[in-house]
Amino acid sequence: MDATDRRIMHATQAGLPLTPEPYQTLAGQLNLSTAEVMRRLMAMQDSGIIRRIGAVPNHYKLGYRFNGMTVWDVPDGQIDELGRQVGQLPFVSHCYHRPRHLPEWPYNLFAMVHGKTQAEADRQIRQIADVLGNQCHGNEVLYSTKILKKTGFRSR
Amino acid sequence: MDDIDRNIINTLQAGFPICDAPYFQVAESLNISETELLARLKALLAKGFLTRFGPLYNAEQMGGALTLAAIKVPAERFEEVTDIINAFPEVAHNYARSHELNMWFVLATETPAQQQQTISAIEGQTGLAVYNMPKLKEYFVNLKLEA
Repeated sequence: MDATDRRIMHATQAGLPLTPEPYQTLAGQLNLSTAEVMRRLMAMQDSGIIRRIGAVPNHYKLGYRFNGMTVWDVPDGQIDELGRQVGQLPFVSHCYHRPRHLPEWPYNLFAMVHGKTQAEADRQIRQIADVLGNQCHGNEVLYSTKILKKTGFRSR
Repeated sequence: MDDIDRNIINTLQAGFPICDAPYFQVAESLNISETELLARLKALLAKGFLTRFGPLYNAEQMGGALTLAAIKVPAERFEEVTDIINAFPEVAHNYARSHELNMWFVLATETPAQQQQTISAIEGQTGLAVYNMPKLKEYFVNLKLEA
């Protein structure tokens, strides 16, 4: 990523222009050619700097009111295998191994679930518990009660 | 929100073309006009159904650092601490959650050193301990939700 890529990133952090030719609009703002802006965006997408160009929904507004961060205490030796299995469940949107903060935070496996009803979320959590079986030594579900901020990545 | 809006949300979560007239291309696939797509997209953003539309940058791929952190905020200080934390541009997301660790935020910084500086600054300004939980491994990420 060079200085020009960074300028493109800064110019699109808040979003893509909502004009019929957004890449041309961007190019005009940055004093670049449209072809260069498109080529650089494609390259950043191919290399994974850009995960994708797309829309980020507000879970709540789409009716997903039960957004649970499920956290599990599983043996470190088994976590990669268990994490992969949990990550493959169709309703899990994110699944990560994160560090414990003992003694008060013993959980090392995190999986996000999203339900339109409590019953739907409960079903999803039970399915994760089934995958983990007796390898799970404790778990909790932290429901989000409010989005306090959601802007995506911004740099100073 | 009607079926066309739902269609737009589902389609645009999957990706967006890089070409001269991408909205026109997407509009055609949705059987609506480009003007209607742009108008509806603006409305979905203005009404908050979509929080963002554009390139989603992967901070780590850019040499940056991303982490999830949590703090225990006393109930009577919740608003004050929310304002302090949200004022940091490094804070990409911040959620209230039902737990003793009741505020969870994602920090995205351009360098790992900035992550530590930001955590120290948050601890300094709030007087609260930050529990840093950077991912050790990612097993799955897919942000799509059916509208």
